[in-house]
This record gives sequence, C-alpha cells and structure tokens, in this order.
Amino acid sequence: MNELKLSILDLLKEDARLSAATIATMLGAAEEEVSAAIAEMEQDHVIVKYATVVNWSKVDDEKVTALIEVECTPERGRGFENIAERIYLYPEVKSVYLMSGAFDLLVEIEGKNLKEVASFVSNKLSTIESVISTKTFFILKKYKQDGIIFEEFEDDHRLLVSP
Amino acid sequence: MIKDEEKPKVALADPSRSDGMQRYLASHAREIPPSGIRRFFDLVSASKDKDIITLGVGEPDFVTPWRVRDAAVYSLEKGKTQYSPNAGMLELREAIGQYLYNQFNLTYDPGKEMVVTVGGSEGIDLALRALIEPGDEILVPEPCYISYSPITSLSGGVAVGIETFAEDQFKLTPESLRAAITPKSKILVLCYPSNPTGAIMTYEEMLPIAKIVEEHDLIVISDEIYAELTFNGKHASFASLPGMKDRTILVSGFSKAFAMTGWRMGYACGHPDLISAMLKIHQYTIMCAPTMGQVAALEALTKGGLEEKDRMMESYNQRRRLVVQGFRDMGLECHEPQGAFYAFPSIRSTGLTSEQFAEKLLLEGKVAAVPGHVFGKGGEGFLRCCYATSVAQLTEAMERIHLFLRSLE
Ligand SMILES: Cc1ncc(COP(=O)(O)O)c(C=O)c1O
Repeated sequence: MNELKLSILDLLKEDARLSAATIATMLGAAEEEVSAAIAEMEQDHVIVKYATVVNWSKVDDEKVTALIEVECTPERGRGFENIAERIYLYPEVKSVYLMSGAFDLLVEIEGKNLKEVASFVSNKLSTIESVISTKTFFILKKYKQDGIIFEEFEDDHRLLVSP
Repeated sequence: MIKDEEKPKVALADPSRSDGMQRYLASHAREIPPSGIRRFFDLVSASKDKDIITLGVGEPDFVTPWRVRDAAVYSLEKGKTQYSPNAGMLELREAIGQYLYNQFNLTYDPGKEMVVTVGGSEGIDLALRALIEPGDEILVPEPCYISYSPITSLSGGVAVGIETFAEDQFKLTPESLRAAITPKSKILVLCYPSNPTGAIMTYEEMLPIAKIVEEHDLIVISDEIYAELTFNGKHASFASLPGMKDRTILVSGFSKAFAMTGWRMGYACGHPDLISAMLKIHQYTIMCAPTMGQVAALEALTKGGLEEKDRMMESYNQRRRLVVQGFRDMGLECHEPQGAFYAFPSIRSTGLTSEQFAEKLLLEGKVAAVPGHVFGKGGEGFLRCCYATSVAQLTEAMERIHLFLRSLE
C-alpha cells in the first residue's frame, strides 16, 4: 500500500469524520488525490466501515460481552471456514478469530444480559456439530478497546500561556 | 553586651514602610523587566472563562511516552534516589553522545564535553554566566525566546537585539549580523528552529554566519531545543559547520522532542574548557540534574522513545499545515514555519498592535495566543500561535479567529 493511503488510514482511524479537504491539508497532498485514495480503499474494502466507538457502560441499557474459546474439529478441505461462517452469521456474534494455541476459534458475543449470552452458547454454539467444547469468559469492564482508552483523563494539564 | 551597631536591624524590615523590602534587592535583580508573557498569562488566567481555547502554550500536548514514565517509576521503586555525578550519569551522557552523532552528525566526548542540565534553561544560564563579563555585548536575533536577555543582564552583559523579518522568513542575514557587531561583541545566540517564529536556518544559510563568527572571534550559544521538530529536511546543527565546533556551545534538551517539559532535563555540549567552567557553576548551584529525570531521559533515547518521538513529529507536521493554511485562508499573511510548533501570522492588516489584537481576541474571540512584541524586536504585528493542540481544538480556534477578524472589519 502506498504511503499516502497509510497516512490517510492513520488519520481516519483516529477521527473518521475528518474531511478529505482537511486530510489533504494535513498531509500536504492534493484534495482530489486524497478523495480518490479514500474511494479506492472503500471499494477495495480496506476501509470497511466508518463506525463509532461507544462506551456502552455509559449507556443505560447496558450490554453484556463475553469471549468464548471454542475448540472444534476442522473439516477436510475447508478447514475452519464453514464453521466460522456458521458462527459469525449470528447477529449477536461481534467477532470471530481463528487462533493458534490450545483452542481454535475465539468468539466475542454481545447480549442484553448473562442469561441471553448463556442461552446462545448452550443452544446455538455448543450444538454445532463440529464444536467439541466451549469456555465462556464474561467481560467485567473495558479499559481499552482498539487502541482507545475508555478511562477519562483530565486531558490538559498545561499552563494556559507559557514561554 | 551587644553594641548597638551589631544588633539585628529589625526596624529596617518593617513592612509598613512604603518601599517594603525592595531596597534590599540587588539592582540587577530589581531591574529585570517583568516578562510580557507573564502579563499575558495573568490576563488569561484572570478571565476564568472555561471556554477559552489556548494557543498560548509553549509545550507539547502529548504526555511523556509511557515507556519513559514507566522507566522512571521503576527506578524509584528500585530506590535510585541518590545524587548522580555532577555532569550527569555517564550512561546518559554516552547515550546523548550517540544520539547527537546519529541525528546531527556531531561528535562530543561524554567525558569532557558534556553536562546534563536542569532543562535547556539551565544550559542557557550556565553558558551565558560562564562567558559574560560586564560590558560584553551579546548578539540576539529577535524575535526570540525570552530568557537570553534577562540572564545576560544578570551577568552585567548587554543584549543587543538584531531584528529579523518575515520577508527573510525570520532568518538571520549576514548583513544584519555584520551591522550589529561592535568591538564589544562577544557572543552570538542562535535559536533555530525558532521560538516564536518557527524559522530554521539551513546548513548553507549558516555558512556565511559562521564566516563572520570566525572573523570577529565570536562564541556561539546555539539553542537547538527544537532541533528534532524540523519539518522539511533535516536539522543542521551550527556546531557541525566547518571550524564551528570549538566556538559553539550547543544547548538542547528533552522537553520538546520527547514531551518531557516537567522533567526539567537538558544538556549542553562544547569545548572542554568551556564545559568545565560551566560544570563548576553547575556543581555549586545545582549539584546534578534530578536522578529520576536522568533515568527517564536515558529511556527516551532508546528505541521506544525514539519511535514515539517520530510519531509525535509527524503529528505536529500535520497540524502545522492545517493552521498555516487556516491563517492564509482567512486572509492573514503567515510565513511558513519550518520548525518548532509555532505559527507566527501577521496581524498588521487589522491595524491593531499585537497586544491589542491578542487582548481583544482573548476577550471577544475566546482564543489565547501570545502577542509578538513580547519576543523582542520585529515581533510587533505578529501573534505566536502554538499548534500543539488537538485537531478538533485547532479547527475550532481557527473558526473563532476567522469570526473575530470579520467582526473587526
Ligand atoms: C527556545 C527555547 N529554549 C529553551 C527553552 C527551555 O526549555 P527547557 O528548560 O524546558 O529545556 C525553551 C522553552 O520554551 C525554548 O522555547
């Protein structure tokens, strides 16, 4: 990937609302060039989506998130692809990763409450044929997600004017 | 029996006397003019308006990189709370030597040519005090950082400002340097990249300056605290010019490049004769720079710290382009700052003095920026705006300044 695109991604992942004009000024590039690069990355699914990072613990209808280690038997020829797909198509599944190590898939699930998550694991996930075992870990508090720290700091300690 | 004239002079300290304690002050301390920046600081602080956006700062908006902070915390846990050698931990001096070589192609012997100081500030103080005799003239291109002239006066020297101009991108020209030299001239202070103008001087531009320095047997104090914040190309250190290493005291530090202002860590490098004199003063006045700060500085010069530094530089550069373009778009002339983290737009077109402009902008526009005249000759008519502030804040500040300008029309 070229340098311009990388620089654009660096800026957008911090603030997806920056306009192409602002990005162009900040990078010392032409606006058309930046717009074209962004369009291209959207088309190539390099930029998948412009989403908002929400601290759900601050929202009244709180959600419950769990990480589930899934051990399963790969299928001949297809490996883990089919089973991963069968899992990630559920809307309550937030992410699915193929892992190295003691288990195979790491699944992140979001539900309204413990019961909902537990019932998803026992009724949907564990019943998939090739799933051998699951271990569920509930997330109690999010400190940092995708490089963003949720804790609020008093942000600027600087003197208002200094030499 | 105590004789009368030996009794403590209690009566003299009577605070009800109208001149208070003033008459005890040494004239050189009394006569230091109050800093213009301080006046403006009081004005901003007095306003208590939470909504003010400040472009008046002189330090990074980044917090010191975590690895650096962590190293200092760890050293405290391990009980590293003692004095270090006067010149600073040898390990740190060696790391500084290696860093200066890698970055700026400078070679200094960590044993004899280097002293670790309490910020670049102490380095400036030591250098001036070690060199100035009463009556010596110190040449200072202006507008410039505000500490050179008061420290010069403290030693009985005379600071001679050399005005620089936006038309020359605030660079020191050989002609104006020549014109300012008298038989009493002894020191030339250079500060590039410059606070407040963001001006830099390239290697080629400094060559004729070096020639004049040689001709007139001057010593240069080169304050290169913003060296790493050079945006188009690499910083050229004055000491790297032919014949200039022995004639230059390099002053620098960790405050700006590594976001370490509160640590108070700096260093000075130069000829062993000069450094050993500075070290004597340092030894009697300071003993040594804080040990935990030195541990932090050492960490800053390792891989983790250097990578963070580069990331911060890139971010300043992006914001630099944003504000310069912003000022130009609103019709203010703004020379392109090539270093440090300040933009220095001209506000002459408004017909206001920089002090009037800054005050009105603060009260009506709710943006704080430093009026240029506090930085000496050539600063009138300009405004120092520090762009080390979030893009969101900068964008908002630019909008406010734009609205304020329109309200003046
Ligand atoms: C040009 C210049 N030199 C020196 C200093 C002093 O920096 P420190 O004492 O934090 O190293 C500053 C700080 O603002 C500066 O702008």
